[in-house]
Amino acid sequence: MSKINALSRKSKHGPKRRWGESAIHALLFLLSMVPIITTFGIIYALFAETFLFFQEVSIIKFLTGTVWSPLLVPKQFGILPLVAGTLLVTAGAILIAVPIGLGSAIFLSEYASPRTRRIIKPLIEILAGIPTVVYGYMALLFISPLIQKVFPQANIFNAAAAAIAVGVMTVPMVASLSEDAMSAVPAGLREAAYALGANRAEVATRVVVPAAASGIVASFVLALSRAIGETMIVMLAAGATPRLTANPLESIQTITAYIVQVSLGETPWGSMEYKTIFAAGSVLFIMTMIMNLVATRITRKSRRI
Amino acid sequence: MMDQAKGQSRARKIKARLFYLACLSAIIISLGALAVLLTDMFIRGFGSLSLSFLTSFPSRFPAKAGIKSAIFGTIWMMSLTALFCIPIGISTAIFLEEYTGNSRLAAFIKINISNLAGVPSIVYGFLGLAVFVRALSFNRSVLSGSLTLALLVMPIVIVSSQEAIRVVPRALREASYALGGTRWQTIRRVVLPSSFPGIVTGVILALSRAIGETAPLIMIGALTFIAFVPDGPFSEFTALPIQIFNWVPRPQAGFHQVAAAGVLVLLGIIFFMNGIASIIRNRFERH
Repeated sequence: MSKINALSRKSKHGPKRRWGESAIHALLFLLSMVPIITTFGIIYALFAETFLFFQEVSIIKFLTGTVWSPLLVPKQFGILPLVAGTLLVTAGAILIAVPIGLGSAIFLSEYASPRTRRIIKPLIEILAGIPTVVYGYMALLFISPLIQKVFPQANIFNAAAAAIAVGVMTVPMVASLSEDAMSAVPAGLREAAYALGANRAEVATRVVVPAAASGIVASFVLALSRAIGETMIVMLAAGATPRLTANPLESIQTITAYIVQVSLGETPWGSMEYKTIFAAGSVLFIMTMIMNLVATRITRKSRRI
Repeated sequence: MMDQAKGQSRARKIKARLFYLACLSAIIISLGALAVLLTDMFIRGFGSLSLSFLTSFPSRFPAKAGIKSAIFGTIWMMSLTALFCIPIGISTAIFLEEYTGNSRLAAFIKINISNLAGVPSIVYGFLGLAVFVRALSFNRSVLSGSLTLALLVMPIVIVSSQEAIRVVPRALREASYALGGTRWQTIRRVVLPSSFPGIVTGVILALSRAIGETAPLIMIGALTFIAFVPDGPFSEFTALPIQIFNWVPRPQAGFHQVAAAGVLVLLGIIFFMNGIASIIRNRFERH
């Protein structure tokens, strides 16, 4: 603030407006650096502690070890069980989000009247606005008991309940991004197909979906990234047992849930447990960044065509 | 020949019908999930909603537990988050749309914004922990929490403000320049007023996202059992989603009910905010 005042005081000697104009330009420039600083801040915050972690644990053991027990004795730092837990939940979520999201998108874009769409689209967007802790509540206290009724051997904390909730949470993302991609398909393509005698379903599956494929795939990848980084649902419902398993009825632990578990405890700053969450966070960050880059690449490619 | 063609067309019709039914059931499942979620929360939580629930502190006994400290924490958090993210977000949008054009710097800032939008919210917790809690010694305060959330929702504010600024007709700007207006005068008196509804909508949506965030706040150490109201930016705090998170895993059904009541309050606030945002959007789109 004082800088601006100083500048405007000086301006009495020169053309008044110019000074104010350049002061504002400078201020806007400075504030616009916040996103860049944030990005580098995140990278620094994660990697500085991770670097210290790898002073004590070999990076190869970390990436290939199959036991994760940093809070127990003997301490072992193999990240694979957490990665496997994350991927198990993510895979289950995608199995739900992709068909339901894409089906909803096709319905909205190809079948629904403009009026129906105006009513349904905001309702689906409500699903996107519900906080994840609410989905976590549903996963643990509604979905999980249902699963136990069908599969009595299921643990109350299980990957399936979390996966279903994460899947429902990502449906709006797939639906709305895919629908955007499909509405962008030129009407001429559809009309040409109708003129050749195709029916609605054929137009949707053979013309619209292939033409919008890159946008649709990008929506899947973004949903994937969102599912990998989802925290509260898996924290509440998936359990706290790092385990290499493909059985969705067992209690597991994801990368994000481990981070929250340690954050909730009284972990001293600089201790080994403390450093592990930064190492786990770096793995999470890199996984989601790769997904986001893939999604951007796919959409950019489609724009060029 | 004829029969074969007829058979094919019937098969096509059946396929088309099945495809339609599949898409229809997808949309029914989506809407059904929303209906189930809202109904379940309503049934579980409605009985616990009362004035004393809103005005009591958390307690070991579910019947006495309330969300006073959580509501005040959330109000504090949202006010400070708005204070930080609105000026910075709008400034960045103005800078990108009105000052830099297609420069390399603008491209670099835009890449950063779109990357930040894809970073999981828990990762912002690491930033908050390392920078605000530790390096700047704000500790586990409202201030640390709201700075973290402000950075988290910043991309939403920037992108929606950019879109609102971009649709301001060129002719309006040119008219202002023709009258001798400077760049900033044009922005302040022409561009911002006519993009105002879009910007407000974006800000409200960003805050309604921030209000439900839990993971980054847990990471920076927001406490879960707090029986006092924050008395300033440096006070320790809890927030509505954290209080819910604290009640859900407990074994007593009583806590599940108060958690559901908390969910109803949280959803009520979020739906109210989103409702206002869409009213603003609809009203101004018509003109």
